[in-house]
Amino acid sequence: MSCDLTQRFVPGYVDGELDLVRTIEMERHLADCPACAEKLESEREVRALLRRSSLAYAAPAVLRDRIRSSLRASSVAIEVQGVGIKWPSLRAWQWAGAVAVLTLFSLSGWQLTARLRAPASDRQIAAEVLSSHVRSLEADHLMDVVSTDQHTVKPWFDAKLDFSPPVEDLASDGFPLVGGRLDYLDGREVAALIYQRRNHFINVFVWPTPTGPDSTQSIESRQGYNIVRWSSDGFQCWAVSDIAASDLAGFVRLLENYNPSEPNQK
Amino acid sequence: MSDTARRERFEQTVLPHLDAAYNLARWLTRNDQDAQDVTQEACLRAFRFFDRYQGGSARAWLLTIVRNTCYTWLHKNRHPDSTEFDEEIHSSEVSSGTDPEVQALTAADKETVNHALEDLPDVFREALVLREMEGMSYREIADVTSVSLGTVMSRLARARTRLRQSLTVELSRGF
Repeated sequence: MSCDLTQRFVPGYVDGELDLVRTIEMERHLADCPACAEKLESEREVRALLRRSSLAYAAPAVLRDRIRSSLRASSVAIEVQGVGIKWPSLRAWQWAGAVAVLTLFSLSGWQLTARLRAPASDRQIAAEVLSSHVRSLEADHLMDVVSTDQHTVKPWFDAKLDFSPPVEDLASDGFPLVGGRLDYLDGREVAALIYQRRNHFINVFVWPTPTGPDSTQSIESRQGYNIVRWSSDGFQCWAVSDIAASDLAGFVRLLENYNPSEPNQK
Repeated sequence: MSDTARRERFEQTVLPHLDAAYNLARWLTRNDQDAQDVTQEACLRAFRFFDRYQGGSARAWLLTIVRNTCYTWLHKNRHPDSTEFDEEIHSSEVSSGTDPEVQALTAADKETVNHALEDLPDVFREALVLREMEGMSYREIADVTSVSLGTVMSRLARARTRLRQSLTVELSRGF
């Protein structure tokens, strides 16, 4: 083997990627050619240096979490889109089974159904609300629709969700609406409304709640953020922000009072 | 397959290679935040096209998507001072026989090596990342980067030579 050819194959040799015949030829040549042997040493040295420097980066945990939750959100989006198409794909016996199960459920009363579909506890939801809020600020993904106009934001949600969330602009009260986003909480897709208070953002998460009377505000503080939950007019609502608790409570009162079907809270 | 089952299968098959995905994106974008964005986008794309995954190395499949997403990103966000890579120009630069300066590289610390690697052209950097950090075979690297085996080998050779040259310069400056 010539020097030219040997040097061309040095990387393959170092990386153990040559076939047996070429490897033997290489070794024969390297044994009596100092120049090529030096080239080989040099290649090996760089390779060893790279390996021992351990330069690989590991994926940050926050990225892993973000990807998992966006996968969940995107598979839900697919399910929501596909609902109309999926029904007929059940085979006859599956239909029969489904009907039987449904009958069983109605016979055994809705309580069982309610228990099976029991929503996550408020504690759990509060944790999810907080992490969604933090993620929305970190990921540069605060808004999907950017608009200060409630008449733009509301139809945008209507087209994407199976419910129509109440959307109010509170700009005149110092809480301008800045946009909306789809999010995923408590095992379902929810509307996230983004309001601004000076340089701070408030995420308001809204989704329909199956039953129960309207409830008043409850405030909680976690990791420097304030979280308010309430329900009204068939919707469960959570507001989260780093603004002062009293400010956030005031903001929520404004939101509640905007709801024409709920004139008197408390 | 239900969407939940599909997602679970994706999480089991593809997500174990998230470190490799982020590492490649991190070396190609040379920046943590951009690497995170690119990796997330690539993972969602992979999920969308998961039905096209035919088995085989899930890591190579994911890295191919990460690489493509990176190059699209680089194309859009490339800093004005960096130039497009030209294989011909770069090959003439480094193919001038053996390196005359033989200096031990043992003094090179991690930071210096890191810096020298960051300064390599993208195609050399990615070849070294895939080979030395991910331990991929030439075949896998060829698949991920869509080039021939011969090109993989010559890129690795040039990449190592250039890395050695810049480290030698860097080290001699330090003494």
